[in-house]
Amino acid sequence: MELEAAKMIGAGLAVIGLGGVGAGIGNIFASLISAIARNPASEGKVFGRAILGFALVEAVALYALVIAMLILFVF
Amino acid sequence: MANPIAQFEIKPLVEINLGGLDASLTNAGAFMVLTIVSITAFLVLGMRKRELVPGRWQSMAELSYEFVAGLLRDNVGSEGRKYFPFVFSLFMFILFANILGLLPYSFTVTSHIIVTFALAMVVFLIITLVSIARHGAKFITYFVPSGVPVAVLPLMVPIEIISYLSRPISLSVRLFANMMAGHTMMKVFAGFIVPLGFAGILPLGIDVLMIGFEFLVAFLQAYVFTVLTCLYLHDAIHLH
Repeated sequence: MELEAAKMIGAGLAVIGLGGVGAGIGNIFASLISAIARNPASEGKVFGRAILGFALVEAVALYALVIAMLILFVF
Repeated sequence: MANPIAQFEIKPLVEINLGGLDASLTNAGAFMVLTIVSITAFLVLGMRKRELVPGRWQSMAELSYEFVAGLLRDNVGSEGRKYFPFVFSLFMFILFANILGLLPYSFTVTSHIIVTFALAMVVFLIITLVSIARHGAKFITYFVPSGVPVAVLPLMVPIEIISYLSRPISLSVRLFANMMAGHTMMKVFAGFIVPLGFAGILPLGIDVLMIGFEFLVAFLQAYVFTVLTCLYLHDAIHLH
C-alpha cells in the first residue's frame, strides 16, 4: 500500500473514538436535563459540574483528533 | 487551500543571537508579552479609581478576582487562600492567551504543547512540593487510598502512582488539543468558503457559529485548568 493512502486510512481509523465521545456528551446532558427536571432548584449547582464533565469528555475527542493530525501532518 | 496548521508556525520577529543560542523574539514570545501586558492593564487600570460603587470596568476586574477566589474557597477550603496569587495568575494567563488567540491574525500561545506542558509541569511541581513540605514522609500515604482492603493494595498503589504522574500530561494535552483543534477546524471550514461559490454561505455560517463556540471553549478550558489545579491542591493539602 502506498504510504500516503495508509496515512489517510490511519487518520480515519484514529477518529473512530469520537463515537464514544458522542455517547458520553449525550449522556452528560441527558442526565443534566433529568436532574433539573426532578429538582429545578439544583440547576445552578449541577450546571457547573455538567460543563466540567463536558469539557473533560470533549478533551478525549480532541486527543483522537490530535492523533489524526499527527498521522497526517507530522509523520 | 492553505495548510490548516500553517497558522501555528513560529516566526522570528526580532533576531537575537546570544553566542550561538537562538533567543529571537518570536510571534509566540510577543503574544506572551502582550498577554501579560493586557492582564496588567485590565487589572491596574480597572482598579485605578477604587470607587466604592464600581463602574463597568472595575466590576469586571473585581468579578474575575471574586470568581477565582470563590473557586479556591469551594474546592480547597480556607487553607487555599495562601495559593490564591498562583491560581489567579494561572487562570488569567490562560484565559487571556486563549482569548487573544481568537482575534484575527493573532497567534494562540496555548496552541503549542510546549507552552501548556510548561504550565502543567509548574502546577505539578508546585503541588508536589507543597504536599511534601506540609506532610514530610507522610506524603507517601497519598498513593495508598484509605479504606481499601490490604489484598488489593498491590494493584491500587501502582495505579495511583501512574495516575499521579500522568496529571501534567493530561492537563497540558487537554488545553493544547482544544485550542489547536478549534483553530484548525475554523481554518478548514474557512477554506471551503470561496471554492464552493454561492453555497459557500454554509461554511461561512458554520464559522460564525464556531467562533462563538470557541469563545466558550477559551473560557471553559481556562476554567477546567484552574478547577483541576484546585482539586489537586486540595488533595495535596488534605491527603485523602
